[in-house]
Amino acid sequence: MSSDTDATPRGGSTAYGADDFAAEESSATAVRLDDGHHVVGDGALPAHFENPGLPPHVERMADTSEKAAKRAERQVAGLFTLSILGTILFLVAYFAFDTAHRSWVPGLGNVSTTNLLFGIGLGLALLGIGLGAVHWAKTLMPDAEVVEERHPLRSSDAAREDFVGIMRDGGEKAQLFRRPLIKATLGGALGLFSLPLLVQLVGSLGPLPKNHLSLTMWNGEPDGHGGYTPYDKRPRLVTDPEAMPIKAEHVTIGSVYHVLPEGLLTNEELGVEGLEHGQLEEKGKAVVLLLRLDPKDFKPTERGQKALSWGYQGIVAYSKICTHVGCPVGLYERTTHHLLCPCHQSTFDVTDDCHVIFGPAKRPLPQLKIDVDDEGYLIAAEPFHEAVGPSFWERG
Amino acid sequence: MNALAARRRHPAAIFLLLLLGLILTGGAYAALAPKPAIAAEASAGQVKEGQELFKTNCATCHGANALGTNVGPNLAGVGAAAVDFQMGTGRMPMAEPGVQAPRGKEVQFSEEQIAAIGAFVASLAPGPAVPAEEYTTGAGGDPGKGGEIFRTNCSMCHNSAGAGGALTRGKYAPKLTGVEGKHIYEALLTGPQSMPVFNDDNISPESKNDLIAYLKAMEAEGNPGGMALGSLGPVPEGLVAWVFGLGVLVGAAYWLGQKGA
Repeated sequence: MSSDTDATPRGGSTAYGADDFAAEESSATAVRLDDGHHVVGDGALPAHFENPGLPPHVERMADTSEKAAKRAERQVAGLFTLSILGTILFLVAYFAFDTAHRSWVPGLGNVSTTNLLFGIGLGLALLGIGLGAVHWAKTLMPDAEVVEERHPLRSSDAAREDFVGIMRDGGEKAQLFRRPLIKATLGGALGLFSLPLLVQLVGSLGPLPKNHLSLTMWNGEPDGHGGYTPYDKRPRLVTDPEAMPIKAEHVTIGSVYHVLPEGLLTNEELGVEGLEHGQLEEKGKAVVLLLRLDPKDFKPTERGQKALSWGYQGIVAYSKICTHVGCPVGLYERTTHHLLCPCHQSTFDVTDDCHVIFGPAKRPLPQLKIDVDDEGYLIAAEPFHEAVGPSFWERG
Repeated sequence: MNALAARRRHPAAIFLLLLLGLILTGGAYAALAPKPAIAAEASAGQVKEGQELFKTNCATCHGANALGTNVGPNLAGVGAAAVDFQMGTGRMPMAEPGVQAPRGKEVQFSEEQIAAIGAFVASLAPGPAVPAEEYTTGAGGDPGKGGEIFRTNCSMCHNSAGAGGALTRGKYAPKLTGVEGKHIYEALLTGPQSMPVFNDDNISPESKNDLIAYLKAMEAEGNPGGMALGSLGPVPEGLVAWVFGLGVLVGAAYWLGQKGA
């Protein structure tokens, strides 16, 4: 840029002879900050820096040549016209094409024509205005450097004293200092007025969660207020989303079933009514993954054998909610018997009671103790023994 | 009748009666018992041909009797469906050992050859047969219900758009676009490689048909929003937003701050 060459040469660009360095070396005893640098004068910092002022103003092409100014005008007008065309394109596309219309675009494939044209139209419309305005400002609007001095904001001492005087005078006239009873009760009234606001805020945070997070629909029938009424008969395991009960013999080795407690989802075929309210909330806590392994695959450790004994002939059921932050743990590798969480790659070893072998989860997945009823269907013998999902404040 | 009545106390009568009873029960069972869905009864010749093909093409890894070696699993009981899936998608024979058999660029055997090897493997031990066409094309299926089943059972590995996803140690769930309905059905039935099994009791044949209908509908629908970036989710989307989006913004800021036109 030409402004660099026009600028007044300052410190760094001034040439100094070798003598300056020699003198410096002989007098120096300790290592100085400017060691090894180009030294100006005796190397010490000056008492104060001179204000270098503004660099000289550089005229632009459009300032000096009318031809260049005309060209800039045409460019800005062209950009604004582009914006106009973009808007017209948007309006035409809006009325010309049905939203279901698709067209093939190289590199994008089959896309919605309206989406594509709306995007291009609005993009051109806004970009044209923006680019045009900036180009206008850069080429034709005045660009002379201007200095605006900053002044202190503090009022003068006289004005401040005046203010205090007026306030005091007002207090005196209102007899505020002479009648302390008014002063005290006014203070009390104003102070207490903050309480309704605070109480309202805290009170609106809702009821305390009690132990709702620790219980699931495997504990009992939801009573509609977050509590559960224990079942007369332990609930069957049913498939998600078809709500069909599961026979143990149908769960072949290597199978995975996504399971919910009976009564959560509606099954018209069997005449089972699902929950009317809070279906998703209950599902979010009660989802279970049912897997069958060869009983020989379970580790001979205490954990592995507990897992096997809580299952039924190698069929085991675990909560699907990750103990890290609650994602559904659904990726099961049949060959390695590893269960993966898709969010943060926590890995649970199913052969070892879903012990965490990798990732940020800290606790194993809770196991659901299962059994078979007299018709051969899998049932939950007991509810979960611990809260499912991630840690929370009151978790026991 | 008289002759029969006269001989009813003959010592051989009891044996004849027992024999008759056994033949009747056996015959009735064979006629009435539920049969596994075997599409075409394998002939002895087909099994023989399959065995020959197996010896020359598969025995190196799976062993001469298909009972497995250190490098290839035991094939007894995997059924013809597994053979049809693995060979029909070009996964087998595997070009080189690896953590997972990738989908082959081309199928290396003819349909008859695959069927013959399938018949041989099925003759080792009973296993799932190649499914009948009724439920494998997605025709007449309910894509809405199929989508529900897909999101519950499949999307965690295969991605909500069926674009596939990573597993551990180089293993991955492949993408589901461009896969024949029959192969989707067979994969559900047999659980190839890392995939768990979803047998017909877990997801019924009708529901499997719905599932295939959903996948086909998704594929036909295309992507109305434009570039899907592989439908892989936040990683490629974030990459594009940070690199290109921010790149353009930085460039624009530089241009705005530059002195002169």
